[in-house]
Amino acid sequence: MTTATLEQTERRKAWGFVAPALAWTVLFFVVPFIFMTAMSLWSRQGREIVRVWNLDNYVRFFSESALLKGLTNSLEITLMVTVLSVLLAYPLAWIIAERVPKKWQRMALILAILPFWTSYVVRSYSWLLVLSKGGVINNALMGIGLISEPLEIASNRIATVIGFVHFFVMLLTLTIYSNLIQLSPNYRRAAADLGANAFQTFWHVVLPLTLPGIMTGAFLTFVLCIGDYITPQILGGNNELVLPQIIMLQIGRRADFPMAAALSIILMLAVTLAYIACARWLKIERA
Amino acid sequence: MRNAITSSLSWVYLIAIYAFIFLPVAVLVLFSFQDGRLPVPPFNGFSTQWYEAVFADRKLMAALTNSFLVASISSAVACLLGFLAAYALARYKLPGSALQRGLLIAPMTVSYLIIALGLLTVLNTLRVPLSLWTVGIGHVVINLPLCFAIIYASMGDHHINIERAARDLGANDFKVMALVTAPMLMPSILAAFFLSVTFSWDEFIIAFLLSRFDVTLPVEIWSMLRSGLNPKTNAIGSLVFLASIALLLVLEIGFFGRSRKT
Repeated sequence: MTTATLEQTERRKAWGFVAPALAWTVLFFVVPFIFMTAMSLWSRQGREIVRVWNLDNYVRFFSESALLKGLTNSLEITLMVTVLSVLLAYPLAWIIAERVPKKWQRMALILAILPFWTSYVVRSYSWLLVLSKGGVINNALMGIGLISEPLEIASNRIATVIGFVHFFVMLLTLTIYSNLIQLSPNYRRAAADLGANAFQTFWHVVLPLTLPGIMTGAFLTFVLCIGDYITPQILGGNNELVLPQIIMLQIGRRADFPMAAALSIILMLAVTLAYIACARWLKIERA
Repeated sequence: MRNAITSSLSWVYLIAIYAFIFLPVAVLVLFSFQDGRLPVPPFNGFSTQWYEAVFADRKLMAALTNSFLVASISSAVACLLGFLAAYALARYKLPGSALQRGLLIAPMTVSYLIIALGLLTVLNTLRVPLSLWTVGIGHVVINLPLCFAIIYASMGDHHINIERAARDLGANDFKVMALVTAPMLMPSILAAFFLSVTFSWDEFIIAFLLSRFDVTLPVEIWSMLRSGLNPKTNAIGSLVFLASIALLLVLEIGFFGRSRKT
């Protein structure tokens, strides 16, 4: 056998190994996605889906305030959740990395992400037990006489944000921690030698070096938060719907698949814009 | 002095945030033992009736079995496909390999809702009936990028020589892969498998949109919730939590504990 044909058989073998995974992704991810994009340009009339290409669904989205409000609600909640989660997770990751003795760090991390392993649906609903009018918090606050009327903290945006932040603090703690422990202590020593105080060292040295971890976690938070249906549906009440809730309404109650598809494309665009915004720091492709 | 202040502040923060993280779980477990019809405060007294009710609930037990089947089979498929693809892309020079890697990772950056809706529109158009199989297909789509990324990252160059040695000793490709490469990468293969089991086990939206009569546990719990608050949901939630901790402990002691020593 000549080297050329040997190379050919080798290459054919390699294609054989990678083909099943590629085929699965193309068949069950790329093709459905293209089909859904096409469907977003069709429309529903009566009970039939009419295959006439137009931008009606998108025009309707921007002219119907109830639909547009879904996007702004989604964006507001997601941004609030992302910022709050980073602000809460960073100190936790830092304390675990810096203050907790080495041999307990692994334990501290496992504890921090332990509730991750309860069922997501059940966990969202257990926040209802904590936050509702007759719930644990209101009961406790009224018991010690701090308030006389129960607080309205369930079935609204506050509850949704609390439920989300609870979930994402665990996730962000992991990404930020893994970034923090990779930092060589030499950087900090050098900064201190050059006369930086603790705050300056943190602001000019540690924080910039951990930005990739923060950004990876923040992007994951953004993607998972803006696309989630369960937490807003269970905790949010039905006063301000987010985009996934509106999509599910289009499918469930109205069987309007073209509109649901158009809304999904808009959701997808929001995620893409977020990706572009933090692409500089993301290491996802290099994984 | 300053150090003492920051140190005690650290501990206060640590305790506060762990309280926040564990609050809903603690409430969940507490009220799963509620003696009474409603899982709301005040706590009436201790009872295990809801756990008995869970084990007597045929639909819930069927959903548990379905979840187990979908999670284990779809994760095994995702791991196998991910391993083969990682092997090909790490060991051979293929044209457009960066593009292929990007394509394989792509579903990770798309919301589950969009993946589910895309599959649903195609399945509807082709008139494919929804079943546990369609849920499983969706779960492989979301877990394949994860498995591929984890296994690909651990395909170190130092393994190449060992594979070459095996080949020189007469092993064919299949034997090299099954008897040399896979065992060497077993820690990351298992990590990928168990991670995707937990994702599939807990996944709701794909399972909800792509199933009809046979449903998985999160979907069954969802439909239980629609008929009102019920301590049975707390009991099943606590059981899932307990099972996960047990799995975690087994992995930590039997598997990660061992790999750390070597």
